[in-house]
Amino acid sequence: MTMFSSVVKEPKRKTGARFIDCDIHNEVPSSEVLKQYLPLRWRNYMDMVGLRSYHGFANHIPYPKGNPGGTRTDSWPPNGQIPGSDLNFMREQLLEPLNLEYGILNCLYRVGEQLNDEYGAALARAVNDWQIAEWLDKEPRLRASIVIPYENAELAADEINRVASHPGFVQVLIMPRTREPMGRRKYWKIYEAAENHGLPIAVHFGGLGGNATTSSGFPSYYIEDHTNMAQAFQCQVISMVCEGVFERFPNLHTVMLEGGFAWVPSLMWRLDKHWKRLREEVPFLTRKPSEYIRGHMRFTTQPMEEPPVAEYLLQVIEHLGSDEMLMFATDYPHWDYDSPDLTFPPKFPESLKQKIFYDNARSFYRLPDKEEERDDVK
Amino acid sequence: MLNNKQKYIVGTVDELPPGERKIVNVGGRSIGVFNVDGEFFALRNRCPHGGAPLCEGVLSGFVQSKGRGDYSYARKGEILRCPWHQWEFDIKTGQSWFDPVKTRVRAYETKVEAGCTLADAGCEMKEGPYVAETFSVSLDKDYIVLEI
Repeated sequence: MTMFSSVVKEPKRKTGARFIDCDIHNEVPSSEVLKQYLPLRWRNYMDMVGLRSYHGFANHIPYPKGNPGGTRTDSWPPNGQIPGSDLNFMREQLLEPLNLEYGILNCLYRVGEQLNDEYGAALARAVNDWQIAEWLDKEPRLRASIVIPYENAELAADEINRVASHPGFVQVLIMPRTREPMGRRKYWKIYEAAENHGLPIAVHFGGLGGNATTSSGFPSYYIEDHTNMAQAFQCQVISMVCEGVFERFPNLHTVMLEGGFAWVPSLMWRLDKHWKRLREEVPFLTRKPSEYIRGHMRFTTQPMEEPPVAEYLLQVIEHLGSDEMLMFATDYPHWDYDSPDLTFPPKFPESLKQKIFYDNARSFYRLPDKEEERDDVK
Repeated sequence: MLNNKQKYIVGTVDELPPGERKIVNVGGRSIGVFNVDGEFFALRNRCPHGGAPLCEGVLSGFVQSKGRGDYSYARKGEILRCPWHQWEFDIKTGQSWFDPVKTRVRAYETKVEAGCTLADAGCEMKEGPYVAETFSVSLDKDYIVLEI
C-alpha cells in the first residue's frame, strides 16, 4: 500500500534568483533503448559481451550507494523506468519547481572505461545521439556533456569532432579515475579537440572501472569512497597543472563536478610553495600553480561541504581568492541531491549566492542571457 | 476542547495497519502519520536538513556496534531515514539520532478516538481531507486523530 503521491515537488522557488544547475544526470533507461542508436555489429556485441571495464567491477558497482541506484527514493518515475530517464518527470520534479534557466546533463553511462576501444567509441556515439534526440532537441533549457571513450584519445577526439557542432553540447565528460593522471600526454588529443571547439573538460565523480578513488586501493566502505573522491580530484588538478596542460592549451578550461572544493585553497598553497622550490623540474610552467587553477578551473558545489560553523564556508571561498570559481549543482536525481534554497547556510551573502547560482555558470558556459533575449524580442 | 490545538481526522484505524503510513495535507502542512505496532505517530514531512519529503523515507531499525564484527539491529520499524541524504530520525519523537539536541523534526500528537465521540464533538472538530467517501457510514469505527 502506497499512500503518498509519486511526485513530490519542491516548493516553487520564491526568491526570484536566477538559477543554473550544473549537474543533472540523464540515464539511459535500458540496453534496448540504446540499441536503437547502435549499428548491428555493436548491438550483437552488447548481447554477446556487454560492458567490460578495464579494471574489475565488470558487472557490479563496488559499493552500494545511500539509496537503490544511488538515487533519491522519490525520483523513480511513475512509468517504472529508472530515475533520470524520463524527461517529462524531470521537468515535473526539477526543471519546473526550481525554475531552472539551464540545466546541464552529465550522462554517466559506462563509455570511457571499456576494454574494447571500438565498443567504447560505438557506445559514445550511441549515447550522444540518444542525448541529442531524446533530450537536447526536446528541451531547450537543457545542455549536455559529450561522452567519450577517454582512454583512447584519438577515438575520443573523433567523437568530439563529430558532435561538437550541436549547440546543446557544452562540455566534454571524463571520470576522474582514469588509467593515468589526466595531465599526461596520452590525453592531450582530447584537450586539443575540446579547445578547438571552445568546450571545457568536465571531470565528474564516478566510473566503475579503473583505479580506486584512493591512492592506496579500494577501501571497505562507501562512506570512505564518497569522501575519498576528493583525493581522486586532487590528483587530476595537480596533474593537469604540473604537466603543463594549460600552457599547451591556453584556452582550455576544466570544471570539477562533485569533487568538493574546500580542499582547493590548501592544495593551491601547497603547490605554490613547492613550485617556489622545485620550479626547475617543471620549467615550462610560467605562472604559479594557483594561477592556472584560478584561471582555468571551476568547481561545483554539490555535495556542499557543511562545516560546523557556517562562516567557515565563507572563509574557504575567501581563501580560494576568487568568487568566480564555484558553480551550483543539485546532482539530481542522485541520493546526495542539494536543494538550492537549503544548501547554503543562512546569512550567506545574496550577491555571492547569485554568482554561484547563476552568473559564474552563465559566463563559464557562455550561455545566452534569457532575459536579454526576451528584451530583444520586445 | 482540550487545548488550542486543532484536531484533524486522518483516517480510520483499520485503514492504516501496522508498518504503514499515510501522508496528509492539513493546516497547510504535509504530515506523515505512521502506525508502529498499533501506535500512531506523526511527523512533519520535511527534513530539517535539505528539505526532502522526509516521511517518504525508508523505515528501518537502528544498527549498533560495540566494535568491529559486532552488530545488533534494534527498534525495527521505528527509525525513519530521509529519502535523500539518509539522516536518521526517531519516528516516535522526531529527534535525530546523530544530533538529538539541535536537529529534530516536528512531531505531532495523535490519538485514536471512537467515531461516536467525534460526532458528539460538534463544531470543535475540523474535518480532514479524506472524510466523506471513506467513513461516512461507519461512526462506530475508530479514527486516527491528529492534533496540531
